[in-house]
Amino acid sequence: MKNHQYDVVVVGAGGAGLMAALYASKTANIAVLSKLYPTRSHTGTAQGGVGAALANDEEDHWEWHAFDTVKGSDYLGDQDAIDFMCEEAIAAVYELEHYGLPFSRTAEGKIAQRPFGGHTNNITKKPVRRACYAADRTGHMILQTLYQQCLKNHVNFFDEFQVVDLLVNNGTVAGVVATEIGTGEMHVFHTKAVIIATGGHGRIWDVTSNAYAYTGDGIAVAMRRGVPMEDMEFFQFHPTGIYKLGILITEGVRGEGGVLINSEGERFMERYAPTVKDLASRDVTSRAMYLEMKEGRSINGKGYLYLDVRPEVVNKYAALDGRKNLDGTPYVVTGEQILAKLPDIVDFARTYLGVDPVTQPMPVQPTAHYTMGGIPTNRFGEVVIDEKNTVMPGLYSAGECACVSVHGANRLGTNSLLDIIVFGKYAGLRAAEYALGSAYQPLPADPADYARAQFDAIRNAKGSENIITVAKEMKVVMMDKVGMFRTGEGMAEALQKVRELRQRYKEIQLTDQGKIFNTDLFNIWELGNMLELAEMITIAAHARTESRGAHARDDYPKRDDANWLKHSLAWVRENGQIDLGYKPVVILKHQPKERVY
Amino acid sequence: MEATVKIFRFNPETDQKPHFETYTMPVESTDRVLDLLEYIKGNFDGTLSFRRSCAHGICGSDAMRINGRNYLACKALVKDVGLKIKVEPVLGLKVIKDLIVDMDPFFEHFRSVMPYFVNDEPPPAKERLQTIEERERFDDTTKCILCACCTTSCPSFWANQEYLGPAAMVNAHRFIFDSRDRAAAERLRILNDQFGVFRCHTIFNCTIACPREIEITQAIGELKNAISTGALE
Ligand SMILES: Cc1cc2nc3c(=O)[nH]c(=O)nc-3n(C[C@H](O)[C@H](O)[C@H](O)COP(=O)(O)OP(=O)(O)OC[C@H]3O[C@@H](n4cnc5c(N)ncnc54)[C@H](O)[C@@H]3O)c2cc1C
Ligand code: FES
Repeated sequence: MKNHQYDVVVVGAGGAGLMAALYASKTANIAVLSKLYPTRSHTGTAQGGVGAALANDEEDHWEWHAFDTVKGSDYLGDQDAIDFMCEEAIAAVYELEHYGLPFSRTAEGKIAQRPFGGHTNNITKKPVRRACYAADRTGHMILQTLYQQCLKNHVNFFDEFQVVDLLVNNGTVAGVVATEIGTGEMHVFHTKAVIIATGGHGRIWDVTSNAYAYTGDGIAVAMRRGVPMEDMEFFQFHPTGIYKLGILITEGVRGEGGVLINSEGERFMERYAPTVKDLASRDVTSRAMYLEMKEGRSINGKGYLYLDVRPEVVNKYAALDGRKNLDGTPYVVTGEQILAKLPDIVDFARTYLGVDPVTQPMPVQPTAHYTMGGIPTNRFGEVVIDEKNTVMPGLYSAGECACVSVHGANRLGTNSLLDIIVFGKYAGLRAAEYALGSAYQPLPADPADYARAQFDAIRNAKGSENIITVAKEMKVVMMDKVGMFRTGEGMAEALQKVRELRQRYKEIQLTDQGKIFNTDLFNIWELGNMLELAEMITIAAHARTESRGAHARDDYPKRDDANWLKHSLAWVRENGQIDLGYKPVVILKHQPKERVY
Repeated sequence: MEATVKIFRFNPETDQKPHFETYTMPVESTDRVLDLLEYIKGNFDGTLSFRRSCAHGICGSDAMRINGRNYLACKALVKDVGLKIKVEPVLGLKVIKDLIVDMDPFFEHFRSVMPYFVNDEPPPAKERLQTIEERERFDDTTKCILCACCTTSCPSFWANQEYLGPAAMVNAHRFIFDSRDRAAAERLRILNDQFGVFRCHTIFNCTIACPREIEITQAIGELKNAISTGALE
C-alpha cells in the first residue's frame, strides 16, 4: 500500500474533472485520478455541441436558454442553478475558445452554432442556433483542449487508477482509496477535498450509447458512505442510436435538417410536435418513436425507424417548413455539406451499418444515454446530503454523476457539455478554497480495509455464475421494465429480478487471480456497482406515481405537480435497505405549465 | 458463421514467454473484433486482458494488430478482416499483459511537442476570430485520438523508440498551423531534433493505419517543409 497527500483529489478526468483540475490547481496542490487515460473519457464521444446563447447568427438570450432548459426538464430543474448555468455559459464557451478549442466558424470568423432539440427562440417558438460546435466532434475537442491545458499547467495525473472507496471521518471527507490497475496495488490518498467527476451509468441498460466505463463507480462509492442520491429515476433515452448497437447519432443530424421517417414514409414528428417537429426534446421524440413502432409503423417490422439526412429529403422538408438561411434565402444542402458538417456520423454509419447517409436513410432506435440523477450538489459543486441541502464538508461533485439539478426530468442536448464546464469550474474553485482553509482529517488505522474487503469477497467467491449472464439479465430487465415506458407492475418485477441478480452476483466465479491489469476483477466490481444502482433506480421510479420527462408510466400517464413536483433522494442504509425522501424544486420565474413543442 | 481467433497471450505473473491461443466462436459479419474479444473473455477465459471503453472508434483505447495490420478492435468488423483472425499487441511498445502495452513512452513523446495552445496576448472579450479557411488549415490533425495505431505501425519507430513518431507530430501540426497559436517556432525547433520529423521516410504505414483517416504523411511533409523553408504555408 502506498500513501499520498494532496489538498484536493479529483476523481475522473473527463470534461468535468479536467475543468475542476484546471481551476483547483491554480491555488491548491492537487491530484487527478482516472481509471481511463484522460483522453479516453466519455466526454470525447460527445458530438453535437455545447449550448450557449452567444447569438452569433441570430437573436438569442441566456434567459431564453434558461426557459428552454426549465421546460425541457419538465419543471423539475432548479431554476436558480439553471439561470446560473445559462448565464455563465457564454463566458465559459469563450474561455474554451481562449484555451484554443477549434470551434467551427461562421463566415465572420465567429464560433459556429447549430439548432438542437428543445432550444428555441422564445418569441417565435422556432428552433434557434445555440449549440456551439466543432464539426461533430465537439466533446472530443473539449476533452483534448482541457487535457492539453492541464498538461501546460503541470497538473498531477494518476492515470489508470481506479477509485474504490471514499474515506469519511466524522461526516467530513478524509481521502480516497484507489487501485493502480497496472499493478493491483492499493493507494491511499489523504486529502481535504474530493471532487467526484466519474460520469454516468448507462451500461445498466441493454441498448446504450454509453462506453464500457459507464458503470456508476463514483455514485456507488459515495452512496456506500451514506451520501443520498437525487432523482435516480430519471434516465434519458436518446432518440437516435444505431439499430441494435446503440451507438449515438447526434441530434445535430436533425439540426442540419435530418428527419425521422416511419414505415409509411411519413415524417411522423409533425403529429407529436407540430412547431419544432424533429427538434422536440428527447423524451418527447423517443416516446413518439416508441409509439410509432408499437402501432406497427416500424421499418420492415423490425425494431427501428429511419433517420433520413439525404440532401433531397432534407431539402424537401426544409422547403415545406419554410426554413431559411440567415440571409433569407431558402435552406438547401448538398451531399458535400452534409459530409463536411457530420464527418464522424457518416463514418459511423458506413462502418457499423454499411449505410452511406448521403444516399441512404439510417436505421435508428432509442438508446440509453444520460444519467440525469446522481450525487446531489448545489450550484457551486458542494455535495448536499439531506432535504435541507446541508453541505457535506470536503465533498464536491460535477458532471454527469452529479445532480445540481439543471436537467431535472429530461436533459436538453448540449446542456451536458455545458454542465461539465460550468460546474466543473465552480467545484474546482470551491474545493481549493475549502482545502486551503481547513485541516486534514485523521485517517482511520487501516484506511483500505473496506475496499479490500469488497475485492477479497470477489476473489474468494465460489460459484458457477458467469459475469456475462448476470450482466445481460440486468440489462435486459432494465431495458424492458425500467426503460422508456414503465408500469408499476413491470417495475415490481424488475425489482425482484435485480434483487435476485444481486444474490447470484455473489456467486460469480473470478477467473483471473493475478494482480497486474486484472480487468476481470474490475469488471465484476463494476457490475456490483451497476446492480446496486439498478435497485435504487427501480425503487425511486416505482415510487414516483406520475409521468414526467424521461420517467413515463403507462399507469400514471400525467404529470402530477400537486404531489410530485419534488426531487427524490435515496439512501442506502448500512443493512442494505434503500430509503426515500424528497426535497422541493427551486422555482423562480417559471411556473409549471403544460409542455408543448 | 464461425470464426477462428488466434490471440497473443502473455501473463507476466505466470508465463516465461508469450504464446498464442486459438478460440472458435459463432459470429456475424457485422461483429466487431472487440465483440469477439469480449465473448472470449466472458465465455472462455476471463484472464484475457485488453483495454477498451467507447466501442465505436473514438476513445482510442483498443489499438491492436489484427491480421498483421493496426486497427482499433472496435472499428474492425468481421466482414473486413475475415473469419481467420490473428490478434496481437501493437509493435514497438513493451507488452504488459496479453494485448495491453506500456503506453507511457508514447504519451511522453506526445507531451514533448508542446501539445497545447499558446497565446499570451490578452484575449478579446469574446472569441478570437478565425476564418473558415484558417480553421480548415489544421482541421485534419484535430481528429487525433491518441490511439497509437500510427506510431506503432511505423518502421522508423520500431527501429528506434526515441523517434517522436507520427502521433506526436500530428499533434504538433494541429497547433503549428492554427492561426491563433504563437508557439510554432518553438515546436518546429523540437521537431527538427535528430529524433524528429526527418526520421520519417514517407513509408505511409501511419496514414494507412489511422482509424480517423488523418493524412498523416502529408501533415509530416508540411512540417518538414515548414522547417526547411521557415514558412507556414
Ligand atoms: C455518444 C455521446 C454523445 C454525446 N453528445 C453530447 C452533446 O453533443 N452535447 C452535450 O452537451 N452532451 C453530450 N453527451 C453527454 C456528455 O458528453 C457527457 O454527459 C459528459 O461529457 C460527461 O462528462 P463527465 O466529465 O461528467 O464524465 P466523463 O467524460 O465520462 O468522465 C468520467 C471520468 O471518470 C473516470 N472514472 C470513472 N470511474 C472512475 C473510478 N472508479 N476511478 C477513477 N476514475 C473514474 C473516467 O476515467 C473518466 O475520466 C453525449 C454523450 C454521449 C455518450
Ligand atoms: S473502444 Fe474506444 S476506440 Fe475502440
